[in-house]
Amino acid sequence: MPRSFKETLYSGDFVVTVEVGPPGMPPKGVDVSEIVDSLQPLKGRVDSVNVSDMKSSVMRLSALAVAHLLKDRGFDPILHFTCRDRNRLALQSDLLGAWALGIENILVITGEEVAFGDHPEAKAVFDLDSVGLLGSVKKLNEGCDLAGNELQSRPDFFAGAGISIRTESEEALKSEIAKMERKVTAGAKFFQTSPVYDIGSFEKFIKMVEHFRVPIIGGIMPLKSASMARFMNKNIDNISVPEELITEIESTRDRVKTSIAIAARLIRELKGICQGIYLMPAGWEKNIPAVLDAAGF
Amino acid sequence: MKTITEQKALEEIEQMVEKDHKIYLIGCGTCATMCRTGGKEEILRMRDYLHEKGKEVTGWMVIPTACDELTEEAIRQENKHIEEADSILVMTCAFGVQTVSSYLEKPIYPALNTLFIGKLDVDGTFSEICKQCGECVLGRAAGICPVTTCAKGLLNGPCGGTNKGKCEVDKDKDCAWTLIYNRLERMGRLDDMRQIQPPKNYGIKTFKKYSIKEA
Repeated sequence: MPRSFKETLYSGDFVVTVEVGPPGMPPKGVDVSEIVDSLQPLKGRVDSVNVSDMKSSVMRLSALAVAHLLKDRGFDPILHFTCRDRNRLALQSDLLGAWALGIENILVITGEEVAFGDHPEAKAVFDLDSVGLLGSVKKLNEGCDLAGNELQSRPDFFAGAGISIRTESEEALKSEIAKMERKVTAGAKFFQTSPVYDIGSFEKFIKMVEHFRVPIIGGIMPLKSASMARFMNKNIDNISVPEELITEIESTRDRVKTSIAIAARLIRELKGICQGIYLMPAGWEKNIPAVLDAAGF
Repeated sequence: MKTITEQKALEEIEQMVEKDHKIYLIGCGTCATMCRTGGKEEILRMRDYLHEKGKEVTGWMVIPTACDELTEEAIRQENKHIEEADSILVMTCAFGVQTVSSYLEKPIYPALNTLFIGKLDVDGTFSEICKQCGECVLGRAAGICPVTTCAKGLLNGPCGGTNKGKCEVDKDKDCAWTLIYNRLERMGRLDDMRQIQPPKNYGIKTFKKYSIKEA
């Protein structure tokens, strides 16, 4: 019996987790074979699989269903729960349902605005925020719901949360760390970060938050092109790609090979700094085994 | 503090009054006039539009404050023209529409969308001040309302979408939680950022009192 994600993380070993999303970009639908197939080469090579919950506010097949199917196939899923689409009744109900289906790890996130997705006319919920949802998971684990009603049988979730590492704006970084503290108090047992490209800044960030004594899993998203890097630098505050990486990917003749090499190098560097990696393939699922090969996993 | 409104799309208004030939128009001299959505000028423009569409406007009035009791008297005075009409098109906030509706047993249609309670900013735009969400959390947030200022109404700090101190939903808007954090820091009250704000109790405002008057 392989060790669970929680056991591996608590053993102090470096964990590897990869993210999958239910089919969402056209074609949408009910066929999950592509996800399952893309994970087969990673069986035994990753400690867990993150299942995103309608990422980018795009309606798609339920993450809970996918997490359950992956559990059946021998993976240890980390099921994402966003606060965007469900009120506290539905969130607690789905949490209990997830536990009944064998899901032990969850990642609590706020969720993107609906305006960015494919149903911009929808009503966003945000009845709870990520701190409130972590608090409700803690209460369920302790045997009662948010209304104080006792549970006859209780779950034992291993709950984590996300962190955005803001390297360019000190103000935003400070308020993010203040929120991180609230998440720790509310019961976050691990953190997964936004994609890391600048190891120096990441290391500085880790030093600022090490007193929380909560394992941090660093985000790795393969850099596909220089234009992707420039787009992220310009538009996304929590992602900062150093110029030398942009030059490296721009000047190569084999983008895929260089992208794999960069990702593997970042992983090796993260190994001495944090407790694991959270791979976000962003459409390059097929290259993940090569990334792990190159990183020596 | 004002109720901020915007006019519905003309196609939607036209659809609402599709079956009616004779229409009476009511505006409001307070918030809707200030928003330029239901003052005299807008009422006359709506009258001309309805004429163009082949409708007959039996009359119109701009009630000084459509949401107060004087509305009943104003309606009585205009009774003859209102009675002639198949329906009433009300160019006020939803409060005004409901006030008018409480005095008349006739089809009543809102010509405006009621957006929020807000204030007029110096640049001539309106910003939301209060969602009247019930349980007020301003005390823990340096007096800056996270329910209205944060696009997601988050109670415990910024979401992952803060971008250089701006909101991910509107890049021209400051991130509420960056504002709150900076203000608490200036006030030496960062401890407030460490206190967890529990989920809001929406129960305190659910069906406590009905505002629609019995006919």
